[in-house]
Amino acid sequence: MTGHDMTGSLLVQFLAQGVQMTLVLLISPLAVGVVRRVKAVLMRRQGAPLLQAYRDLVKLVRKEAIVAESASWLFRTAPYLIFALTWVAAALVPSFASGLMFNWAADVVALVALLGAARALLALAGMDVGTSFGGIGSSREMMIATLAEPAMMLIVLTLAIAAGTTRLAGVADFFIAQPFAVRVSMALSLIALLIVALAENARIPVDNPITHLELTMVHEAMVLEYSGRHLALIESASHLKLVLYFSLLVCLFAPFGMAPAAAGLAGWLVGLLAWIAKIMLCAALLGVWEVSIAKMRVFRLPDFLGIAFVFGFIAILLAFLSRGVLA
Amino acid sequence: MNGYDISHLLAGAMLVTSFALLYQDRIAAVLNAFAMQSITLALAVAWAAWSDDRPDLYITALIALALKGIVIPLALHRTVERLGIHHSVEKVVGVGVALMVGLALTGLAQALVVKVASGTASHAREQLALALAIVLLGFLMMIVRRNAVTQVVGFMSMENGLILAATGARGMPLVVEVSVAFSVLIALFVFAVFVFRIRERFDTVDIEALDRMRGDSR
Amino acid sequence: MPELSALGVALGALTAAALLAALLRGRVLALVYPVCAAAAGLIAIVDLTVLLGGGDLKAALPIGLPAIGLHLRLDALSAFFGIVVNGGIVAASVYGMGLDADHDLTPRVEPLFPLFAAAMNLVLVADDAYAFLLSWELMSLASWALVLARHTDPESQRAAHLYLVMAAIGTAALLFAFGGLAGPAGGYAFDTIRAHHPAPLVAALILTAALVGCGSKGGLVPLHAWLPLAHPAAPSHVSALMSGVMTKVAIYGFVRIALDLLGPPSWWWALPPIVLGAVSAVLGLLYAVLDRDLKRVLAYSTIENVGVIFVALGLALAFRANGKNEAAAVAMAAGLLHVLNHSWFKSLLFLGAGAILHATGRRDLEGLGGLIHRMPRTAFFCLVGALAISALPPLNGFVSEWLLFQAVIAAPELPQPALQFASPAVGAMLALAAALAAACFVRVYGIAFLGRPRSLEAANAHDVPLIQQAALGGLALLCVLGGLLGSVLTWAIAPVLRALVDGALPAGDGPTPLSLVAFDPARSIYDAPILALFITISSLATAFIVHRVSERRTRRAPAWDCGFPDPSPATQYTAASFAQPLRRVYGALAFSARDTVEMPPPGDLRPARLSVVLVDHLWRIFYTAPGRMVLAVSLRLNVLQFLTIRRYLVLMFGALVILLSIAAVTT
Repeated sequence: MTGHDMTGSLLVQFLAQGVQMTLVLLISPLAVGVVRRVKAVLMRRQGAPLLQAYRDLVKLVRKEAIVAESASWLFRTAPYLIFALTWVAAALVPSFASGLMFNWAADVVALVALLGAARALLALAGMDVGTSFGGIGSSREMMIATLAEPAMMLIVLTLAIAAGTTRLAGVADFFIAQPFAVRVSMALSLIALLIVALAENARIPVDNPITHLELTMVHEAMVLEYSGRHLALIESASHLKLVLYFSLLVCLFAPFGMAPAAAGLAGWLVGLLAWIAKIMLCAALLGVWEVSIAKMRVFRLPDFLGIAFVFGFIAILLAFLSRGVLA
Repeated sequence: MNGYDISHLLAGAMLVTSFALLYQDRIAAVLNAFAMQSITLALAVAWAAWSDDRPDLYITALIALALKGIVIPLALHRTVERLGIHHSVEKVVGVGVALMVGLALTGLAQALVVKVASGTASHAREQLALALAIVLLGFLMMIVRRNAVTQVVGFMSMENGLILAATGARGMPLVVEVSVAFSVLIALFVFAVFVFRIRERFDTVDIEALDRMRGDSR
Repeated sequence: MPELSALGVALGALTAAALLAALLRGRVLALVYPVCAAAAGLIAIVDLTVLLGGGDLKAALPIGLPAIGLHLRLDALSAFFGIVVNGGIVAASVYGMGLDADHDLTPRVEPLFPLFAAAMNLVLVADDAYAFLLSWELMSLASWALVLARHTDPESQRAAHLYLVMAAIGTAALLFAFGGLAGPAGGYAFDTIRAHHPAPLVAALILTAALVGCGSKGGLVPLHAWLPLAHPAAPSHVSALMSGVMTKVAIYGFVRIALDLLGPPSWWWALPPIVLGAVSAVLGLLYAVLDRDLKRVLAYSTIENVGVIFVALGLALAFRANGKNEAAAVAMAAGLLHVLNHSWFKSLLFLGAGAILHATGRRDLEGLGGLIHRMPRTAFFCLVGALAISALPPLNGFVSEWLLFQAVIAAPELPQPALQFASPAVGAMLALAAALAAACFVRVYGIAFLGRPRSLEAANAHDVPLIQQAALGGLALLCVLGGLLGSVLTWAIAPVLRALVDGALPAGDGPTPLSLVAFDPARSIYDAPILALFITISSLATAFIVHRVSERRTRRAPAWDCGFPDPSPATQYTAASFAQPLRRVYGALAFSARDTVEMPPPGDLRPARLSVVLVDHLWRIFYTAPGRMVLAVSLRLNVLQFLTIRRYLVLMFGALVILLSIAAVTT
């Protein structure tokens, strides 16, 4: 299996890739809507309609953008770059089929780094206006990233030891081919990745996406100065990132249903339905999680993300053991 | 999913609870983590009894479940309540450092087992590596936590590791098993008396208080 | 051979420029930089032809040690490092051309600049231990004198003093290493050294000495202490050379000794560079992220990057020792590309720091801010540099980082448990270093260029001359191109990889011709051009569509800031406040950081004070303690200065007798 398979039907591949890009973009507000809806129902609130996230985005895009007087060109270009980086990164994760073109463009190391680039730009944009809240958000966001990235590296290493590749589609293909088994190292990696995903998406208990209490904000503090179309792009980027991590979780730990590299249209359709169902399930579970736990103080986060690190490390040690390379 | 996978899973889960013991900073949570570890041990031993067809191990599993999974944690919970010390655990080093040292010890255990037990089957070797790591982590816990109750838990956790190792070693007779269990019980008894005595005398269960008694800590 | 004569002409031009500038001074000083740029450019072209065309250049000069002479040779490895070094020299010289002839040029800097450049080039072409050490020492002394450029400043004096001590220790260690390599027969030519392999114990000693010698010049922890003092003390374009280029010469020394001269490696050689490198990577950035001085932050980040390179070299040694040449090639390519990339973005950032210093007269981050409005071009180029050094795609820093991660991920395949366990630990530390680098440079860039000006000087800053902007722009362009064309660079360094580890990266195996492949396309792949293309297309398309759909008006208004905007720039986040979360999370462990808040009682009009205490444990353990020991010993030995002649004779006679009896017993 090499890269040359795909050259045969380049046009189909290109289209399929386009479908995937459009799909993640279109489905991401729905996933956010599901999270909010589940939270509302569990809290016995009326809650916003399921499609409210779409309406918010449309409304924001059409509104006039207000830019602070002290803002520079960086503030105005950053949303487009952040959106594009996150969008491309989201399209890199195999969703309904493992043989798409982008699966040959970057592995999981590059994927994590693309998200890092988006984060760095957002943190810079947060500091551009020169307010205290923007600085708070940026500084905390970068601190959280330093805690999350080592854990992420350990997860990648565990997967690479198990599957022998860092290409996401390769890992997914490997696990689809394996008989189902509960491996401790995989279970620990899953927990570690869940924690990292919560931190990366600014969800409870790391950050509260709906808070506007100044001193507890992280993500919201960075984007405080944005409005109109700029805010719409940044909001959409954060929706995309959520779907990206859902896709990543299901691609790595529940890849069943995904169409293999050589599947035809029917296989893709099955894969598509399975993927949408899994994403929505993830969103619902996130909603349940968020109503059942409180936000942590910022300086409790090292302990929380430390769990991810320790689990990631134990996972690797166990993977060494079960692979038997130490013989 | 074969038997080997399940015993590996259970032993790995025990290792995770060992780290949970190091991580927790409230006594009640430490006791719960310990109960989890003991119950996992009971499951692991019972699984070994079933898969290797060694009925004597069921007794070991039962002892682990009844004594260390239920009775001892409950007793310690009551002790803690009666003494009114359910607040946080006194630590010598921070959680982060303790966990890093724990990870290094786990690595060391594996490297050591590879050297020492290179001839044995890979399954037994893995079990041994995990068991040794659990023993070392229990020891570490006794060092980095100053509270007498958590010291007892660290000691019991070490014993859990020993039983796991013995289960994998296929040859530890029941007599040894029972005597180990009883010796641990006696040790626990001694510890309990000891905790009460410290508490009576010094109004704390911080074992540093004993150093003051000996007069060698300045 | 035309290449050889070109090399000779260029080195001659550098020497002549140094001499003439020193003798004539005045207007001649301004001519130094064009000469340097031309000479370095010429050498770079020679290096490029040697690297790509193959075929070493060799020369033997009749000066030097009797019966040995002075051997020079330019092989693929030297040529690669030559391109790194001379690229940096060209950039620094072009920047130097923009210096103000009346204010900035002094006879303390300009005559030494070409000398420094020539010395670094000589180290690379040296083909015997004598030539190597001689040019190494010349390089050290020239850079030492450049550190003393502002010789009246007590900080510069302290930096120069420490640097001199560390350089002396380093050279002594290298002397020892070459002594060991030459063996009892005393073959100091590199060819002779290559032919015979030292015994394991001797090899260990040589490796340690090489690590001390080259590590002290490169700034490997714990030999780093001089670097953050000395590099910023020099003028900025010289700092760029010292940090971006001279550290690479140190790495060249280590590569030459450990991977070429020392013979086939043993696996345990890999451990010291990997461990020290990983520790340097994390600690260097922890220092950097807590520092307030712009140039010192950059110098600390050099320690990190050197650490990353040493990790890559260590992994290459480990794979090579186990016969995994393909993986060794990945690790080595990661190391070499990081050498190249770091020389570009670090030079860029140091020159940018020079531009800021020129524009505002300040190096202290707390006095900067808002420079993106006053110096738009410099700000843009520095943004590229800041993102590149944070290892973010699609820029060049990420290419080498990606290759290094691939090498780390392959490390569990090694048979030695020590190396296997090192792999997750090192991987996590490198990931931490990468994330800290992003935090560090978001902080530096955000505080210096973004926000509102924190001082009058920053508010009235003006951009630097066009030629200096061109130097920055050229380096920024290289950072972008290096990021997109990583696969071309790995192809270009293939001769070096073949020579050092006898392996190569798979070329042209990927789905597109420019995709970077580490082992096998099915295993790991990074296609920067495709990603960059899609990012560009989707951002442009988004911008187009959003502007079609949306209300296109943009209104300028005061900042929102949760409804309480404060016009004073002092209310912005400062460099210290940005670092506070990181200090709380990592500082307590690394530097025993302690905050104390002194809060006056209500009614008292004194201001509240927050003081932070950081303890530099490395300085305490590795510098203060040995310093005290040396002092104590020398006080004891001081007695020896006041003996009678008869006692001196007794000492000498005793020494003679002891040596003679040793000789009698052993032979």
